[in-house]
Amino acid sequence: MILGFIEHDRGTLNKASLEMLTLARRLGSVEAVVIGRKGATITHELKQYGISKVHLVVHDQLDDYAPTAWAKSLTQLATSLQVEAILASGSERGNEVMAQAAAIMNLPLATNCVDVVLRESDYIVTRLRWGGSLVEEARLSGKPKLLSVAQHVFAAEETLSEDLVIVEQEVDLNDKDFRVRVTERVENESEGVSLTTARVIVSGGRGVGSSEGFDKLEELAQLIDGAVGCSRVVTNKGWRPHSDQVGQTGTRVAPDLYIACGISGAIQHWVGCKAAKKILVINTDAEAPIVQKADYVVIADLHEIVPAIIAAIRAL
Amino acid sequence: MNILVCIKRVPAPGRSIILSEDKQEIITRNLGFTISPHEECAIEEALRIKEKNGGSVTVLTLGPDTAVEQLRQAMAQGVDEAILLQTDGKEWDPMATSKAIADAIADKDFDLLLFGNESADSGGYQVGSRVAFAKDFPFLSGVKSLHVAEGKAIASREALHAREIYEIDLPAAISVKEGINLPRYPSLPGRMRARRKEITILKPAPISGGPEKLQLRVPQGEENQVEVLGYGVEAVPRVMEVLQELNFC
Ligand SMILES: Cc1cc2nc3c(=O)[nH]c(=O)nc-3n(C[C@H](O)[C@H](O)[C@H](O)COP(=O)(O)OP(=O)(O)OC[C@H]3O[C@@H](n4cnc5c(N)ncnc54)[C@H](O)[C@@H]3O)c2cc1C
Repeated sequence: MILGFIEHDRGTLNKASLEMLTLARRLGSVEAVVIGRKGATITHELKQYGISKVHLVVHDQLDDYAPTAWAKSLTQLATSLQVEAILASGSERGNEVMAQAAAIMNLPLATNCVDVVLRESDYIVTRLRWGGSLVEEARLSGKPKLLSVAQHVFAAEETLSEDLVIVEQEVDLNDKDFRVRVTERVENESEGVSLTTARVIVSGGRGVGSSEGFDKLEELAQLIDGAVGCSRVVTNKGWRPHSDQVGQTGTRVAPDLYIACGISGAIQHWVGCKAAKKILVINTDAEAPIVQKADYVVIADLHEIVPAIIAAIRAL
Repeated sequence: MNILVCIKRVPAPGRSIILSEDKQEIITRNLGFTISPHEECAIEEALRIKEKNGGSVTVLTLGPDTAVEQLRQAMAQGVDEAILLQTDGKEWDPMATSKAIADAIADKDFDLLLFGNESADSGGYQVGSRVAFAKDFPFLSGVKSLHVAEGKAIASREALHAREIYEIDLPAAISVKEGINLPRYPSLPGRMRARRKEITILKPAPISGGPEKLQLRVPQGEENQVEVLGYGVEAVPRVMEVLQELNFC
């Protein structure tokens, strides 16, 4: 049996867990585990994703997220149920909980997998490296096998299960397992159009030249209801905050249109923007790597063309 | 306040990644090397904590002899001591790496262990957590802001539409993400000093752990059609057509 770790945040399901179930079902029969009583609210949703049994881990102290306590719960359950593998989403919490479970069980862990095939008693996994610019085939052994599934690779495929049983599971946890727990939570003020929700992103790289240079990109973004993004060179120079950075160590974006101004398209930037439906490049260098990968290319000095585009939009 | 920062030397490929014939590694002949970005920030964070609270910062890496370059870079920024866990150049799996680090610091008194959230190249997300477990330290990953005072670490990180705050008693282990700070550039005197500093070199043997790397592959990009809209401001009318086709104006 495969145990699928379903994440929730105070009773709200993380949909990435449903993507994980798509891969998990290919490996065998899957049962789900949800941690903490607050998670009870999400159990019914799982029926649509082929789950007929949910293990709901209950404990007095399992109130809000606590990584070690969650990991320990997983390992106790996996041991008592003798599971073949534990799968989680390659989300921040998914990888964190699995990494702790792996440490507790002293077993290998393969993170951000995009494919798994069985070979004898092992799994041959394909996993992402370099934020997805490279993949690795690796052999994962141990019982249970521990892996996380890369986000945004699998669709959350629906398949209705006939019934749904919820089994409450008690676990043995102590104060030490709660040394790390959420103590406070500050809701973000709504910041208008954000990188992850914008339909269009106007992004700038070294070619923009300065923080003032971004004024024109801001203006263009505002006119077309978009957000401003940037490359790592730009954040390193302090021209823009890191929250604007697109790429391997920044944000992964998937807008309808990504306008890359003065960005060369290094692989670490590319993995962050390649999910855009269309990419428009503005660059003085026709040989820049991003030029070959784009949908539309303008070979021009951004300092000339961006103001000209703004003027044209205003003239409409 | 004694802080250990664990870093990794990684190549800095630009345009594309080229693999060796046996598909075991990236060809790095024409590439520069760097410290993984999250770890550059871990170094900066350690220095800031030290500047406020006193104490010392040690940097550690497991890697080939050439990883001395990254240790010296950290020392040029102000790190006091450096440890190299020297390998023969082959990549170690995450279990072997964490075991070697845990062994190397088993009898050392650190108040805080800092890691990068995940290494830039292999992205295993687990060395910090395994070392923390071996030391019996509490562990939190993905940290985007950190404040250390009076035996506690106040750390925060991003959740969907919110910031989560954690209060953790020291000693503790924490992994951080780029954006937590803007790392300083090493000063010239810093560089000079770093050149003369001693580096402790240990040569651990790898345990058999996992996962076992079989081979690497460069994913195929999707075929795409590139349309050149034009050169210079003469491209503006075509750009406008595209923006209008896509319903942006
Ligand atoms: C481990 C690791 C992680 C990384 N993570 C990220 C990441 O998350 N995000 C990221 O962006 N980078 C990341 N990088 C850095 C990445 O490798 C590149 O260094 C960076 O993306 C380059 O930024 P750039 O394109 O702005 O600058 P450059 O590569 O210098 O390109 C500037 C471009 O601007 C063009 N240009 C110059 N002037 C003009 C002008 N007037 N008009 C039009 N075009 C002009 C030039 O032709 C050139 O193509 C990472 C690197 C490493 C090693």
